Amino acid sequence: MKKEVLSIYVDNKANVLSRVVSLYGRRGFNIDSLTVSATNDPDISRITIVFEGDNLTLHQIVSQTEKLEVVRSIKTLESKESFFRELLMIKVRADKSKRSEVKEIVDIYRAKIINLTKEEMVLELTGAPDKLDAFLDLVKDYEIIDICRTGVTGIEK
Amino acid sequence: MKITGAEAVMKVLLEHGVDTVFGYPGGTAIILYDELYKYRDKINHILTAHEQGAAHAADGYARSTGKTGVAIATSGPGATNLVTGIATAYMDSVPTVFITANVANSQIGRDAFQEICITGVTFPITKHSFFVNKKEDLVDAMRNAFRIANEGRKGPVLVDMTKDVANELVDYEPMPNYPLKKVSDEHEESKLEKFAKYINKADKPVMLVGGGAISSEASDEVKALMKKADIPVVNTLMGLGTVPSSEEKAFGMLGMHGSYAANKCIAEADLILAVGTRFSDRVALNTKHFGKNAKILQIDIDKSEINKNIFAAENIIGDCKEVLSKLISKVEDSDHKEWVDQINKWDEEKPTKVKECNSKMNPEEIIKYICSNTDKETIYVTDVGQHQMWAAQYVKQTSPRNFISSGGLGTMGFGYGAAIGAQMANPDKRVIHFTGDGSLHMDMTEACTAVSNDLPIITVILNNRILGMVYQWQTLNFGKRYSQTTPERKTDFPKVIEAFGGKGFRADNMEELADAFEKALKSDVPCWIDCNIAKDDLVLPMIQNGKTVDDIIYR
Repeated sequence: MKKEVLSIYVDNKANVLSRVVSLYGRRGFNIDSLTVSATNDPDISRITIVFEGDNLTLHQIVSQTEKLEVVRSIKTLESKESFFRELLMIKVRADKSKRSEVKEIVDIYRAKIINLTKEEMVLELTGAPDKLDAFLDLVKDYEIIDICRTGVTGIEK
Repeated sequence: MKITGAEAVMKVLLEHGVDTVFGYPGGTAIILYDELYKYRDKINHILTAHEQGAAHAADGYARSTGKTGVAIATSGPGATNLVTGIATAYMDSVPTVFITANVANSQIGRDAFQEICITGVTFPITKHSFFVNKKEDLVDAMRNAFRIANEGRKGPVLVDMTKDVANELVDYEPMPNYPLKKVSDEHEESKLEKFAKYINKADKPVMLVGGGAISSEASDEVKALMKKADIPVVNTLMGLGTVPSSEEKAFGMLGMHGSYAANKCIAEADLILAVGTRFSDRVALNTKHFGKNAKILQIDIDKSEINKNIFAAENIIGDCKEVLSKLISKVEDSDHKEWVDQINKWDEEKPTKVKECNSKMNPEEIIKYICSNTDKETIYVTDVGQHQMWAAQYVKQTSPRNFISSGGLGTMGFGYGAAIGAQMANPDKRVIHFTGDGSLHMDMTEACTAVSNDLPIITVILNNRILGMVYQWQTLNFGKRYSQTTPERKTDFPKVIEAFGGKGFRADNMEELADAFEKALKSDVPCWIDCNIAKDDLVLPMIQNGKTVDDIIYR
């Protein structure tokens, strides 16, 4: 099953996210990530969702979402035609002995060290989801204290 | 012009031709009710015993007319009491607008007395809801509520306004109704050609017609296509009435309690034209085997119904009436005599009949007697359970909107409220309410509403003194362990309705039924006829979930 990314323009009003989430919860649509962001039009917000599913699931999610009164338009973002970005922050335990090893990975991935203490580092990386996955895979060799990812947002070329 | 929010609500109701609303006043709704008092010569408000009754009445009003049903309730419990009624209308796609009053803006979110976030409660059971806490949004929300309730696939919309909004002065200018956006299929033309091609070459076609056909008033088109292409018709519960049961190519209901012939013909057909139906689990009992020999063509106004439960080879998204009328001209005159004869043979082989039992009267006789002694304009309303399925099997449906039943949600306690709504909307028609002793215990409070409003609804109680449908399942699947289905109630129904101010009759045999029904027909107050039936009558035939027509329990 392949990952699908949907970009949904919705009214920028109270309760809009609740309506979308209520629909997905009720219909049992399993979503990998969901982000909400502003657009250039103050009346419209953008919701980007990522999920794994076949064409039937895609059809159900799209056609059910479209029926919501607050949804203005919805489209599938094709990977070849779009840019996807996600932000990752990760807190690792790394004292003096490990610090330079971690820094090496950070440099190769063009990530950032945004906090450094004697025992810990906080790393930040923005990029396509698979880049984040690969980075995470390497950093996992060290003791990870906490991870957060924003979920994917996307825009067409 | 500047008028109060509450008055603007009345104005928008009138803009949409609403002359009857159902509801119940309360602390926050008092402002709306004060306005209803001023508008009482234009808007007839029917006070029910319970808000759920009001919701079902609005629903019955809408189902029996096609107009939008409206119910009003106060905040908190008033609003939550509507919930089952809203859900019932949602599951059966009935155009309804529910208006609730909430607490004052300053109290919202503080758990004030009778405060409930009813928009949140009803997200999953409304097409849309408005929480109006700014007075400038009210008129637009009300107008949009009517638009949304009727646009595309119909359904319920809720408008919840705070006390302030109802009280304050708002800008109101009369306006024509918001236009409804049409649902259309961009590939309609080529798809119509394909549909016609498949229909023309089919040897064993069948039309499967659901509630969408009634919703879009497509009955004439269904009949025309049935005649022109010589296609037999089977109905879902919601589609009963699209084709009169007297039509020779109408084979009635399919599904769990549908006829053998209807189910067999779906199983054997080489083409199924599905019109406004969603292949629910009570119709497509086994999704792997449903219509397994057929190419399925689906017409639906709601894109999300395509391939949701059953995979259709071809589909057209659009209004059933419009699509069918275009399709008819592309379809050739055909003759499927052999196929129709075959279905008739199946019907003769295994007709739908109640099993003979020891009791003096059985549901089949009772329902058939009632139907043969009422005119064809009669509206039949049911509650939910065994009596509902018997009614679906034996009531002679003559036209769309004359058989009203809660299909999707299966709401026990739907019937009396819905019958009240239907009778209010159709003062010149006879309304018969078929119910069971279980359902009537849920909605009998609405007898006071029928009495106060002089509604001569005749309630026919198929009283088997058990919760029959669950009892039937316990008989068949749970080793006759009758857990909580034999309540040993001592309710004297005729006395109950007499106490409410109506008339009650008891019938232990067909002669007594005939006598009681004759008196009831002459009466101008609500009448209940308590029919004593055996507790072991099963609704048959039956195909259990996951099974096919080959597993039908016939006798």
